[in-house]
Amino acid sequence: MDYLKLSDNLLLISFFIYLIASIVFTVAITGKRWANRDPELHTKRYGSIGFIITVVGFLSQLGYVVTRWIGGGHSPTSNMFEFMAFLSFTIIFAFLVLYAIYRLPVLGLFAVPLGLIMLAYASVFPREVTPLIPPLQSYWLKIHVTTAALGEGILSIGFAAGLIYLVRTVDQKVKSKSTFWLEFVLSTVLMLIGFIIIVSIYAGLDQKTSFEFPQYKDGQVQSTQNVDYVLPAIVAPYDSKITKQGPMTPLFEAPSWMEGKDAARKLNTLIWSIITGLILYGLLRLILRKRLAAAMQPWLEDIDPDLIDEISYRAIAIGYPVYTLGALVFAMIWAAEAWGRFWGWDPKEVWALIVWLFYSAYLHLRLSRGWLGTKSAWMSVIGFVIILITLVVVNLVIAGLHSYAGV
Amino acid sequence: MDQTDLDQVKCECGHANPVGTLLCESCGKPLDQSEEPDGEKQARHEFPDMRYEGMARRSQTYNKSIVDRIWNFFSSVKIAVWMIVITLIACALGTVFPQEQYIPVPVPTEADVAQFYEKTYGVLGKIYYALGFHNLFDSWWFVTLLVMIGMSLVICSLDRVIPLYKALSKPRVNPHESFLKGQKLRGEAVVTDDLDARKVLPEAAALLKKKGYRTYQEGTSLLGEKARFSRWGPYINHIGLIIFLLGTLMRSLPGMYLNEFAWIREGETVPLKGTPYYAKSVSAKVDYYSEDEFPEKLDLRGGVIAKNYQTDIILYRNENADLPGAEPKLTKLKEGIATVNHPFTYEDLSLFQSSLLPMQLRALNFTLVDQKAGNKELGKIKLDLFSPVAEQKVADGISVRVIAYFPDFYLNKEGKPDTKTGQPNNPMFALEIRNADGTPPEKLVYVQGGTISDKADARYTLGIEKPDFYNLTGLMVRKDKMMPMIYFGSVIFLIGVAMGLYWQHRRIWVHFAGDRLYIAGHTNKNWFGLRKEVEFLTTRMNLPVQLVLDSAKPAKKKRETGESKETAKQNG
Amino acid sequence: MNKQSRTPIRIAILGVLLVALVFAIYSSYAKSGEVEIGDAAPNFSLMQLDGTPLKLSDLQGKAVLLNFWASWCDPCKAEMPDLEKEYGKWKDKGLVVVGVNIGETPLIVNQFVEPRGLTFPILLDAKNEITKLYNIGPIPTSFFIDAEGKVVDKVVGQMNEAIIENKVAKILR
Repeated sequence: MDYLKLSDNLLLISFFIYLIASIVFTVAITGKRWANRDPELHTKRYGSIGFIITVVGFLSQLGYVVTRWIGGGHSPTSNMFEFMAFLSFTIIFAFLVLYAIYRLPVLGLFAVPLGLIMLAYASVFPREVTPLIPPLQSYWLKIHVTTAALGEGILSIGFAAGLIYLVRTVDQKVKSKSTFWLEFVLSTVLMLIGFIIIVSIYAGLDQKTSFEFPQYKDGQVQSTQNVDYVLPAIVAPYDSKITKQGPMTPLFEAPSWMEGKDAARKLNTLIWSIITGLILYGLLRLILRKRLAAAMQPWLEDIDPDLIDEISYRAIAIGYPVYTLGALVFAMIWAAEAWGRFWGWDPKEVWALIVWLFYSAYLHLRLSRGWLGTKSAWMSVIGFVIILITLVVVNLVIAGLHSYAGV
Repeated sequence: MDQTDLDQVKCECGHANPVGTLLCESCGKPLDQSEEPDGEKQARHEFPDMRYEGMARRSQTYNKSIVDRIWNFFSSVKIAVWMIVITLIACALGTVFPQEQYIPVPVPTEADVAQFYEKTYGVLGKIYYALGFHNLFDSWWFVTLLVMIGMSLVICSLDRVIPLYKALSKPRVNPHESFLKGQKLRGEAVVTDDLDARKVLPEAAALLKKKGYRTYQEGTSLLGEKARFSRWGPYINHIGLIIFLLGTLMRSLPGMYLNEFAWIREGETVPLKGTPYYAKSVSAKVDYYSEDEFPEKLDLRGGVIAKNYQTDIILYRNENADLPGAEPKLTKLKEGIATVNHPFTYEDLSLFQSSLLPMQLRALNFTLVDQKAGNKELGKIKLDLFSPVAEQKVADGISVRVIAYFPDFYLNKEGKPDTKTGQPNNPMFALEIRNADGTPPEKLVYVQGGTISDKADARYTLGIEKPDFYNLTGLMVRKDKMMPMIYFGSVIFLIGVAMGLYWQHRRIWVHFAGDRLYIAGHTNKNWFGLRKEVEFLTTRMNLPVQLVLDSAKPAKKKRETGESKETAKQNG
Repeated sequence: MNKQSRTPIRIAILGVLLVALVFAIYSSYAKSGEVEIGDAAPNFSLMQLDGTPLKLSDLQGKAVLLNFWASWCDPCKAEMPDLEKEYGKWKDKGLVVVGVNIGETPLIVNQFVEPRGLTFPILLDAKNEITKLYNIGPIPTSFFIDAEGKVVDKVVGQMNEAIIENKVAKILR
């Protein structure tokens, strides 16, 4: 049996199932005011259907994890594609657990698309199964990375619930800092979606732009590097020449300190993501004629903010020890075993610590200083942003010892 | 002077409480109300926070002397959170540019370090260096910050755990009505004929027991309590963190921690600094994956993927270690291997496979050729790059002497041959060939892969053979005696957070006083779960009690009356 | 309990924590293994170029200028004539200049020493053991050790005659 082919198919299937589940949850929440319906019954019924569909998708994704593990010969947590797909898996898992406790369909409206976006994001990274390089040949790879991803997945549900709380409670009648930042968060999500869309589109077209640029060492040209852009080039590498013309001429060059083969390409991709995200946002604003959060608010009116606050807190309270165990304690044990030091202030380690410090502050403020509701919800959003920085930015921009996990 | 009068406050019920107590230790009646409560609503809104059970805490009571002030500073959660936030921001800043230890190019002097940041990152890099962020995690202020967090952990815990212990060991079974009315989750009913304390309380106790509560009864009052231990969670996790931090701190004590690096050429035996040991690299190798080992076809563009880095090691003890540099007297201790993730260990010493540079030049091999005798091969010459032999015999009567050797050849400012580094990156040898037959010695120079003779019509030349290679291994030499303590602290921390976050301390009071039945509940988290359990109690027993759960608004002193009413939950 | 009985306990706790703080800051400053001014120079024994061993402790009672160098280091080269001159000037007063070559083969050391006519003892630190013991970073690095074996001064980088003379005066007392 070709396990790897099967695992690819299972992942694709779970992607579409999550997509359907997201639609069902949307119907569950937005369709309750449709004619001749008992809103409560409607939400309950569609919520249950959404839950069951998500379970099916989750099982399919579990199948992906298992078959890729068998086919690849190691746990599917060894590169960016595998990790992001696994994170999506843990987000869905955490959602299922919290849904089972609280039975709140609106959680599905936010959490399942979150898992879906992570899965789509995974797909932009190279997906081949590569054999494990020596530093990754350790049973701690499965233990550390899976536990850390689980903790991050659970904390992500805290973010989803926090976002629901904010959309539900932020006063949309007047323009304020809160409305601005809420729109900012939503547009950032759209940028991520925009990034996925544009990369998927251009990956299908052959519109490559190729550059050649010198690499300096001690002020002297040491070698020439080549880099291919999949997306049209807005920004060229510093001091570069185009070797293959793409669909557009670059508008400017990256600053000289952006060294490394891919630095300028990443900057180019970032600019495209922001542009597409803002276009998506603009289109939505144009259609809705109000702030995105304001458009969503009426759907959430009958949700008890205290309950959603509690769910957000609960998710973080459950996720925090798991995260500590996976991302810090197991990481320290592995580091001690592999490098002989349990802590080395490597950027990835530092950011894992930052996430931990942040949620520690969250717990202290909530438990001892009475930061409930809005403040707590904002913190859960910021916490998730820091997690994303740790997972994505640190790997792609600040490469340290964990650089092999990047692309 | 009567000390007790100054330091104690008497409650209505007759109990003497320490100054600073918010809720009477015995009956739970609020003590710090300046005016008499006029009506229930106000009583509830002025009800103090239930955190720490309303016990007197040192830090909240006195702040006159310096000791008091320092104590209060470190016992404040607000300060602790600020310290966490500052640490967090500092950490983030520390990753903007690489730390000094992670600079990818060699920077031997402080000036090189400064230059690296300025050259690579421009003005921002210069500022980064000037502010000392390039060595942030070892800087005095960062270390101070960490120790201050440690101090805060100790003092915060002590300040809270003692009063909390006192309060929890004497649960308020029979509290004052104002205590019950002040709870976030509460309800009351007028006692009718079919509501008899003697019947209701045992029944409620049985139900609560079924839900896992421990019950206490005192007169017409019942208290059900569950998972009290979870209240100790925060203190246990703080103790874990303190142990952890102490462990890291104690690594600075002499002999507790060793961190060195050793480069060893294959076959070489080198001393390990800071230890009485010598290590020999018997062999070092790199294995690569073969294509049929790939799970699926990969386009590596001619590249390879490493499968294993391994060094076979023999560890010796130097009995002469008291005098460094002296001829070592080695006793073999252990033979073993080091691979990535699997260090070589001996007692508390570990050697980690950290670096492996394959195919390094060890020796140049030549054949000496007699051009005058029809290019006759006279014999072999081996020039070891690390310890060349001054003179070697090639054939009968013919010997070769090394007259000059520059491992990393270049022409210096005066135009003379010189060496750039100590590494044999570009070896240059000047040789003298002597023949016992009386012909004058001839000079040959080997440089950059070719041979030059001092004579136009030279007799000898060198035929270049395959050189000798070796694999260079880099081992991290580590000793860390504090590791068990660090792991122990981590485990205690995890137990603590799990206790505190996965369980909730729940208490439910059922209290008959006068013509009323009061029900109240308190938990440190998950109010919805607690409400469900109280609802279970009231519905099963058909108690005509309307439950109220205050909104989860910040527990500030001034709550708006309207809001808590709006979100108060109805129960049928 | 009253306030009076608690304060001493709290002072004790704060005291312990303060000690921890001072210790932590101190250890973040103190670089391990560095041989600093005021330390006793760690004893060692190395082979000389002529094949006889030399122990640092054998030089007790004399002023020692311990100079770490290598043939590929330009400032070391530039410094050598000055070292030789100062050695010639003060050796009768009890100065010994000891050059420690870092990790080079005798052949190279010879081809460096001979043309320069260096007469002071040259030691071969073939395995870099003493270089590591003294935590040598950039070279040349020189230690000025007095008759009691104490490091009186330390110079990282090239010295000229005037500097050497000035420092030597300190160890010759």
